Amino acid sequence: MVEPSDELKISKDRSECDGCDTQCACNATHDLSPPDTNLTTGPEISNDADRRNFLKQATTITLGALSLTVLPWSRDNDDGKNVGGGSATPIVYGFLVDTEKCIGAGKCLTACRVENDVPEGYSRTWVERYIHYKDGRVEVDRVPESGYHAAGLVDIDSELIDRSYFVPKLCNHCEDAPCNQVCPVHASFTSPEGVELIDTDSCIGCAYCVQACPYGVRFVNPNTNSADKCTWCYHRITQNEKPACVEACPVDARVFGRLDDPESELNRRLAKVPHHVLREHLGTHPKLHYIGLSGEVN
Amino acid sequence: MDAAEFIYPNDPHVAWSIMIVLYPYITGLVAGAFVVSSLYHVFDQQVLKPVARLALVTALCFCMFATLPLLLHLHHPERAFNIMITPNATSAMAGFGFIYSFYMLLLVIEVWLVFRPDIVERVNTNHGIRRWVYLVLSLGVPRITEQSLKIDRRLIRILAVVGIPAACVLHGYVGFLFGAVKANPWWSTALMPVIFLISAVLSGIAVLLALYVFICWRHQVAPEIECLRTLVRYLWIALITAFSLEALELIHMGYEAGSEWHILRTLLTEKLAVSYVLVQVIVGSLVPLVLLSVAVIAKPSRRMTVWIACIAAVLILVQVFAMRWNVVIGGQLFSKSFRGFVEYRISWFGREGILAAAVVLMLPFIALYGANRVLPISTADDH
Repeated sequence: MVEPSDELKISKDRSECDGCDTQCACNATHDLSPPDTNLTTGPEISNDADRRNFLKQATTITLGALSLTVLPWSRDNDDGKNVGGGSATPIVYGFLVDTEKCIGAGKCLTACRVENDVPEGYSRTWVERYIHYKDGRVEVDRVPESGYHAAGLVDIDSELIDRSYFVPKLCNHCEDAPCNQVCPVHASFTSPEGVELIDTDSCIGCAYCVQACPYGVRFVNPNTNSADKCTWCYHRITQNEKPACVEACPVDARVFGRLDDPESELNRRLAKVPHHVLREHLGTHPKLHYIGLSGEVN
Repeated sequence: MDAAEFIYPNDPHVAWSIMIVLYPYITGLVAGAFVVSSLYHVFDQQVLKPVARLALVTALCFCMFATLPLLLHLHHPERAFNIMITPNATSAMAGFGFIYSFYMLLLVIEVWLVFRPDIVERVNTNHGIRRWVYLVLSLGVPRITEQSLKIDRRLIRILAVVGIPAACVLHGYVGFLFGAVKANPWWSTALMPVIFLISAVLSGIAVLLALYVFICWRHQVAPEIECLRTLVRYLWIALITAFSLEALELIHMGYEAGSEWHILRTLLTEKLAVSYVLVQVIVGSLVPLVLLSVAVIAKPSRRMTVWIACIAAVLILVQVFAMRWNVVIGGQLFSKSFRGFVEYRISWFGREGILAAAVVLMLPFIALYGANRVLPISTADDH
């Protein structure tokens, strides 16, 4: 018969078997000769058998090839872990922003743009200014890269306001980073030092990480067409240098250091005063800490 | 900078464009159309026989182009296959390649099995190049037997059964992509996958209804009124369910009035006043709801039913597109600072422009037209 498929054989049990010449699942023998029910005439059975064998082999090869694609899943925990050295107990970096010290000079902004070749219209870091007016209004704006004074902005009459402060923003390098979680191809990954990085050679530019970041620090770089963000100047810190913004800050409002070293300046400053992280309720566990963070800041 | 509104510096660049609006729209049509075909093949809704084949091929034609908007959106489309070669198990998006491939394969096989008797018949009744085309389509097996037909029918049924959860996963996961983004209060809700799924079914029924009436009109034949009434009834139920879920989500957000509600309220009443309030709610939901209620409850004449069905179907297709727009684009119109709004500027030209989007949306219909030239899609002689 032209279409005596294996499915048919397997589906039969002994009770259904109508008696035939070929051995099948019912342990009986089926006749493979074409029955009278043929609607059209086709090639010989051997062609069908060849075709079936071909289909079987093709299916096996396809499934085998597909299963290979699953292999990378087992590499999940390895991805990125070898970047930056093979120390058994890798150092863990953290960052501190002291909002009580920041004066809105804007030096950090220029330093970052120059150091990391950040395209115009995008920012890896920025500084927000919060103004609390006496009538209860809270206004927020952004420090220009040339700084408040150089930009020639009009001073606000101190009689009208209760308080004002600056809040530098940059990547929070979260322990449970939503950007890493959603990246479909492992292009976003965590370095051994806990720094969130992007492999621009494998990023597909889907921008899912841009959507997933609650802090708005990610963007798709129009020059590389890959996701981009602050790396805490990974290329510098792995050479025992400070991030460019930290080095440029004239008032030590930005502090970079080791979280795993109790004697580091970072930990010493964190130990003395209350400090917070941004949007703690989201459970991202940022490694960027803030001193003097006001409730209005998100 | 306007001090009253403050936006983060990277937020003006709206990362997900109209292409990401089209993607869930197209997969929704796929899922919805497939569900209708399964109502016939699995649940034996004989009354839907006139649209069963159309539903299946419509699903295939839309599915064929479902990845196109994504490729147009990706900044590195040449790396698209990384999503299957190095998938990240924690990423909802990483499942896309596998889910899509599985579903596409299932659709191709099911369509082939359904049309195999027609293909074989055409191999034997055509000559020259046309015969060769059909011979290739028959995969070199230009014959049918009672036994093979029996096996085909069984396989069709199995594929149709497996296809229902597959279609739900294909589209439900799209909803999950948005619903699981905790950074965005407009997206982050567990209802999102369900809302996407129901609106997918809604759009699938609507597009089939519109296509069926259009094809009947083109062929100068009257649509099967019982089939039409059944589709109208399903459309009505799907619309009520979708609208209720969407309303529930919004009422829940507003009643809870969490810390981000102030920005969402402004988003809805000002930034999305036209696309949400006017198009999605009033024109796209309430008007068809009234129309379909009349069609279902009052049972008007055949001619009136056809008109009502058509108008409601078109309005619903607009509504579902507006819903995708309001979710995808709407969710990016406010800054993550929750203190200001950005604008989405769409150009006519370019990879993610209006013209490209129009082409993407037209391609499935062109494919459907082409398929109809080759195979008897719009006839009702299935099995």
